[in-house]
Parts: sequence; C-alpha cells; structure tokens
Amino acid sequence: MMIASPAMRRAILFGALCAVVVVLQPARAAETASPAEQGPDALVQSVSIEVLDAIKADPALRNGNFDKLQKLIDDKVAPHVNFDKMTRLAVGPGWRQATPEQRQELIKEFRIYVVRTYSGALSRVTDHQVKMRPLRAQPGDTDVMVRTLVAPSNGDPIQLDYRMEKTEAGWKMYDVTILGVSLVETFRNSFATVVNQSGVDGLIKALADRNKQLAASSGKS
Amino acid sequence: MSNQFKRISIRISSLAVLLLLAACATVPPDAGNNPRDPYERINRQTYAFNDHLDRYLIKPVAQGYNWVLPEVVRHCVNNGFANIFEVRNAVNDLLQAKPSGAATDLGRLAINSTLGVAGCFDFATGMGLERRHEDFGLTLARWGAGTGPYLVLPVFGPSDVRDGIGLAADAYTNPITYTQVAPVVARNSLFGTYVVDTRASLVEATKLIEQIALDPYQFERDAYLQRRYSLEYEGNPPPPKLEDVGDPAPAAPAPATPAPATPVPAPAPEGGGAAPVQPTPPEPSPPSPTPPEPSPPSPAPAEPSPAQPSPVQPPPGNQR
Repeated sequence: MMIASPAMRRAILFGALCAVVVVLQPARAAETASPAEQGPDALVQSVSIEVLDAIKADPALRNGNFDKLQKLIDDKVAPHVNFDKMTRLAVGPGWRQATPEQRQELIKEFRIYVVRTYSGALSRVTDHQVKMRPLRAQPGDTDVMVRTLVAPSNGDPIQLDYRMEKTEAGWKMYDVTILGVSLVETFRNSFATVVNQSGVDGLIKALADRNKQLAASSGKS
Repeated sequence: MSNQFKRISIRISSLAVLLLLAACATVPPDAGNNPRDPYERINRQTYAFNDHLDRYLIKPVAQGYNWVLPEVVRHCVNNGFANIFEVRNAVNDLLQAKPSGAATDLGRLAINSTLGVAGCFDFATGMGLERRHEDFGLTLARWGAGTGPYLVLPVFGPSDVRDGIGLAADAYTNPITYTQVAPVVARNSLFGTYVVDTRASLVEATKLIEQIALDPYQFERDAYLQRRYSLEYEGNPPPPKLEDVGDPAPAAPAPATPAPATPVPAPAPEGGGAAPVQPTPPEPSPPSPTPPEPSPPSPAPAEPSPAQPSPVQPPPGNQR
C-alpha cells in the first residue's frame, strides 16, 4: 500500500493538529468556569478572604461578639460545609446505632458545637492574612485537601487545611485541620468514649449541655 | 539556716498538695484501653498535676506577663527564643539528611541574629526563609523510631517515649545549656522566661480548648499525637482515611411512625437500607483511634519543596 501522497500527508498532519487543539480546549474551558463551578481552592480562598475582611471591617466582630460571629459563619461559611458528613465522621461507629431522630439531633447539636468552636477561634483573629498553599490534586479528584496558611501580622503562620468533597451542590468542606490536628479525628475519639459510656443519647446530651454552657458564657469570651 | 529550712519545707508541702490534688484526678473506667495510651491512668494523674501547676502558678504568671509587657516586647522575646532554637532545627535537619532545610535554618539564624537584633525581629520570613520545626524526636522518627506509648511528662506536658528522649537530647542543641555567664542563675532564669513566654502565647488557645473540649486530657493527647505525626511530614501528612459509616441521615424522620427514642441495636438497617458506602473492615469496638502503626515513614523521603508531591506513603493497610 502506497504511503499517502504529500497532499494527503498534509491533510493528516492538519487533522492531527486539530485533534491536539480540540484536546487542549477543555482545559481552557475549565479556567473560565462559572463561579458555581469554582475549584475548591478558589472557593476556600474567596470565602476566607470574605470572612477575614468582614472581621477587619466590623469592630463588634473583632471584639468577639459571638452572636455576630455565628451569624457571619452561618451566612458565609456554613453553605459550603457538609454538616451531615462531618457529623457522621465525627460520631463514627456510634452513628450506626443511632435512630434517624437521634441522627437529626446529633447533626443539629454538632452543627451548633462546630460553629461555636469556629467562632471562638475567629474571635481571636485580628488582622490575619490567608495564603494558599499549592493544591496537590488531580483534575478529576472529588476529594481534596485544600491547604492554607493563616498568618497574623506578627507571629507564626498557622497551617489550616480543609478537606473538601465535590457534591452536586458544589464543593463542600467536611473537615478542618489546624496545625495538623484534624477536628473530625479529635472529636471522633472523644465522642466514641462518650458513646461507649452512655450511648448515643449520652452523646446528644453531652453536646447539648456543652452548647448551652457555651451560649451562657458567650457574654464573656 | 532556719530560713532555708522554711523555704524547703514550703516547697515540699506545696508539691505535696499538688500531688494530692493530682491523685484525685478523675480517671474514667475504660482508661488504658486505647492502644496508643496504655499508661492512661498514670498519665491522667500527671495531667492533673500539670493542670494544677499551670492553674495556680504558671498561668497566673503568664497572664501577668501578658498584662504587663506590651505586645511588641512579647513578640521580641518570642522571636528571640525561636531564633535560639534555629540551632536545634539546623542540627536536626542535618541529622535527617535535609541539607536545604539546614541551610534555611542557618540562614534564618544568621539574618535574624544580625539584622533582626539577636532574633528580636524576624526578617528572614519576609525574605522567603520560612521557619521550620525539627527536633530530635523527629530525627528519631525519620530514622525509623515509632512514637511508643503516649506519656504525660511532669511540667513538660504531653509527649511520648520517643519524644521524651528527643526532649532530653534537645538540651544539647540548646545554646542556653552552654551559657557560661553565671551559669545556673542565667540558665534558670532564661528557662523560666521561656516557659512563661510559651505559656503566655498559648493563653487564648487554651481558653478556647477549655471551653470546647469534652475531655481536655483526651483533647490534648489526640491533638499532640496528630501534631507530631503532621510534623514528621513537615506539615504535609497523607490525608487520613476517615471511614464514612454510611448514608446521609434521612431528610426528615417519618412523622407517622411513633418511634421511641431508644437506641436501635447495631444490626438494625441503616438509614435507607443501602450497604455502607465503603467496604472497610468493621470498626473495632474500643474507641481506639487507629492511627497509623508506629512503623514510620519509609526512609529517604525526598526533601519536600513547595512544588513536590508528598513523597511518602504510609505502608499499605494503615488506616486512620
């Protein structure tokens, strides 16, 4: 069979070039994705900056007004958090023993608990900067760890990592790691102890009691 | 002579009080079941002792320190001590065969000691030399040592067998140990200042932990172990596999069924009846956190630079 004539070879080459261009197109398309399809690191960056800016701008927030901080978190951060999954992971093996009502209670109380913890941490924020660390993930990954460094203007930067999962509603966070300490992992251990000692109801009660205690003392940070 | 006796007897009696208070530490019934913390009973006693020492002595001094000294001064002191520890960082980086890390540490030491006036100002970070943390415990980890059981050390706090050894060895890379001027007095007062400075910088964090943690001892233990694990990988540990136990909770509990709130026993169907998401082995019943086995990262991880992927995978079969 004779090799294609020069004209045909040119056509094949041109076709190959087109194929290459077509293959590269999707990458470019991804860069111009709509905000709803933001990559996880872009999402974390924009939310972090929003939160830090809001705190810098509002003296009440800077002084640690918990109600306002909680509202800030509920508005800006909570939509991007998968509380269901976070609770499931934090409760661990006890989740299997829980009835649907108990699970609802757990999610509810745990959400309050996490928001309160986070607002406690934010209340110590004065003027911090967020720096993103390189995202180590393959383009097709649905479970990534977004790594950031939160640096006060004078002091050591704090490593803050978020585990994010891709859902139909976008990327949602389900674990926060501070200085290498995973909140879910830490809560998981302490919740397991409570569940072992007093069952799922005991855990719900412990969380509810702690939340009430925190709400009562939120006047004095 | 009698003055000395009085001082000594006051010291002994206050120590005795602290120890007695420690002995009343509440130890939960399942203490010692956690494979990472077989000495939990005695650790909790030591923790209680440390807690009282902190509450009645160190924290008040630290709070006074925070109150008296302006933030600028406190930062200067903090940076100064961090600068001294660059020696430890550099030595341990070399021991771990991380020459570029050692170069960074020595560079920081040089810049901050000169430009930064004995470490008071940290100019090195602004020049791109990030502060690192390496100590002898991490060096031991690098060359294969597992952590050993969790230990709470009197005064020094959370540690483990490996890091306890590391702490003792770190004294040799601490220039303060070698201070020749009025040796004992200078060393002790520097050490005391270091303790107060460290505690003072942690006052806010500990307040938060006190409020949040259901069990502060457990929180401190888990946080410490996770933190050390993360440091073994210079802050980039492989993400833990968190086993997801199953379905999302149903959107609303079925209103018709008057289901009592009693816990349903384990064999009951989960949520929507689907199989668990991940085919992981069943969680062992004691609440052990199943962290990675003490068998540590395999030797010769490449020196991580910002662009490099995490070089080490824990041996297969390790699940957290």
